[in-house]
Amino acid sequence: MMTDPHSPTAGHETQELVVNVGPAHPSTHGVCRVIAHLDGEIVTKAEPVIGYLHRGIEKMCENRTYLQIVPLTDRLDYVGSMYANWAYCRAVERLAGIRVPERAEYIRVIVCEMQRIASHMMSIGSGGADTGAATMFIYAFDERERIVEMFEDLCGARLTYNFVRPGGVSFDLPEGWTDTLLQFTRAHRKALSELDDLFFGNVITRQRMKGIGVLSEEDAIAWGASGPVVRGSGVAWDLRKGDSYSVYPRFDFDIPTGENGDCYDRARVRLMECYESCKIIEQAVEQIEPGRIKAEGIPRLIRPNPGEAYDHIESARGSLGVYIVSDGGPRPYRVKFRSPAFCNLALLPLLAEGHTLSDLVVILGSLDPVFGEVDR
Amino acid sequence: MSGFVGGVVFGLAAAIVIAIAALLGVWWERKVAGRIQMRFGPQTTGPFGLLQTLADTGKLIFKEDITPKRADVRVFRAAPFIVFAPVAIGLTVIPFAKGWAPLDSSVGMLFFLAVPAISVIGVLLAGWSSGNTYATLGGIRAAAQMISYELPRALSVLAIVLLAGSLRPVEVMEAWRWWWIPLNAIGLLVYIIASLAELNRGPFDLPEAESELVAGYFADYSGIRWSIFMMAEYGALIAAALFGAAVFLGGFNWLPGPFGIAVFLLLALLIVTLMIWVKWTFPRMRPDQLMDLAWKVLTPMALVQIVIVGVVVAWL
Repeated sequence: MMTDPHSPTAGHETQELVVNVGPAHPSTHGVCRVIAHLDGEIVTKAEPVIGYLHRGIEKMCENRTYLQIVPLTDRLDYVGSMYANWAYCRAVERLAGIRVPERAEYIRVIVCEMQRIASHMMSIGSGGADTGAATMFIYAFDERERIVEMFEDLCGARLTYNFVRPGGVSFDLPEGWTDTLLQFTRAHRKALSELDDLFFGNVITRQRMKGIGVLSEEDAIAWGASGPVVRGSGVAWDLRKGDSYSVYPRFDFDIPTGENGDCYDRARVRLMECYESCKIIEQAVEQIEPGRIKAEGIPRLIRPNPGEAYDHIESARGSLGVYIVSDGGPRPYRVKFRSPAFCNLALLPLLAEGHTLSDLVVILGSLDPVFGEVDR
Repeated sequence: MSGFVGGVVFGLAAAIVIAIAALLGVWWERKVAGRIQMRFGPQTTGPFGLLQTLADTGKLIFKEDITPKRADVRVFRAAPFIVFAPVAIGLTVIPFAKGWAPLDSSVGMLFFLAVPAISVIGVLLAGWSSGNTYATLGGIRAAAQMISYELPRALSVLAIVLLAGSLRPVEVMEAWRWWWIPLNAIGLLVYIIASLAELNRGPFDLPEAESELVAGYFADYSGIRWSIFMMAEYGALIAAALFGAAVFLGGFNWLPGPFGIAVFLLLALLIVTLMIWVKWTFPRMRPDQLMDLAWKVLTPMALVQIVIVGVVVAWL
């Protein structure tokens, strides 16, 4: 293994050390298992083993009515349940030809941008925990908590919202809720710059994350990476601009991108996206008008015509797609989720090779996998 | 025979002092960390949560003492004590009051640096004997790290020895003058950073890196043996702070009599608080960066300090 004649192990036979990182490990962000082959501290090969959270959600969807599937989608990306709700509902709406009222679209955009902040705060905070900055985790979670509290006011749930429904959303915005939201976005900008100084400005963080797990632009595209992972590599690819779904074309916002495609850029892109989300939320709150929050005349039991539909949204982790095949019955024939976390996690062996074991957890954290979505 | 009895009494006293200091140290760390993280820390068990650590210790004593099947049993069981004992012994040469240190050794300065360093053998043994890859990695990391940081730490103390012209801590304290603080500013910085690394505390807590190695060398320990590791860690922290407060900051020299001792303890508390603050603010370093810092930054800094002090001593 070691060929350097000056190495202390020259002339001795060395053995590869295989470490099972996970599935129960503090830094695997859920139940991922990584089989790490180590040469000293250097990872020569990292194989992610997934499936520990497989619940057969896609199969379960085949035995439920279209409306009953919405709570299941909550359980995919449990850090950002709103996204899977919305992506699924968009596919159903496309399949059944439902037109969503404008107010509902605005509410969906608002909650999803809030969800983006909440999800990125989780990612940045656990990125801090991965590098040993436990306080960073608490600070980021404090921000997430405010959003979760607002979601609680909105729909009663803190984690699995079941909020976006085919044809609209389940509740209208409570009175005074938007004021709280605007207060939050103002305070959040300050908190973001504080996090930026505390974590991203720290010399140790820079040492730990810069130049680690570099993903080139070509590789990012070739491996089908999406979300902050592809944007960290400098590709300004965002469905909110690229596909302009829902009411996104009406908002003025930028797509932050990284330069080097390393862990630092991926994490920093998430932080910068929170600023953009604040911008979108403020514009949406200004533009939103009273109206219906649910399309008229949606049957209790949706029976779309036989056919298929695919729709996608930009979740906090990337392009989240839902593909539904209908055979004309009250239950879908097949539902398939294209989960960005799964595609991004596939990059781990490529990125981790040649880095140390300490970097492995940082790289894994920078890909921000959520295993509910990876395993489904 | 009386020497033996004296030794036993002395050892017990040192262990008890460390246990109490560690209890307070844990409480203080939880309080400070709580404040840093916008929490309160322990507050319901006893006044200001002071008894929380005691309650935790009670719990740990009654927990099952698990020895893993793959472990090398004797070494595994002995390791925590090999870590703890040198820390307790090292504490004894610290000059607490004018002309008095528990153990008035003529090579006390060297003794303080050398004896607690034996702990690293215990850490290595703990990691190795657990028969667990995480623990082994943690033990190896600890050995590499502690040996690297011995050097800058010893060099930073050497500057003080040069100034005082004595290795006896009591004499060093007598020779101490206030202008040693600005003169030894670099040395103090090196001492604090190297001590953090020596103590395996954040940002240098690689051997027990929670997010990578779960708990590193003591991953497989439970109950009272685990708590002995923690006690050794806090004992070493407090010993390093006391020693730094004495030889770098002048300890009891600021005020006469018992007030001086109070100032000494306050200075030590200041260093402990600084170390806690650093731990709860900074991310952890990577092993190779840690080595870079020790050999490429701290050691040259300590050498510069020695040159400065050498020039001053020659000029005096």
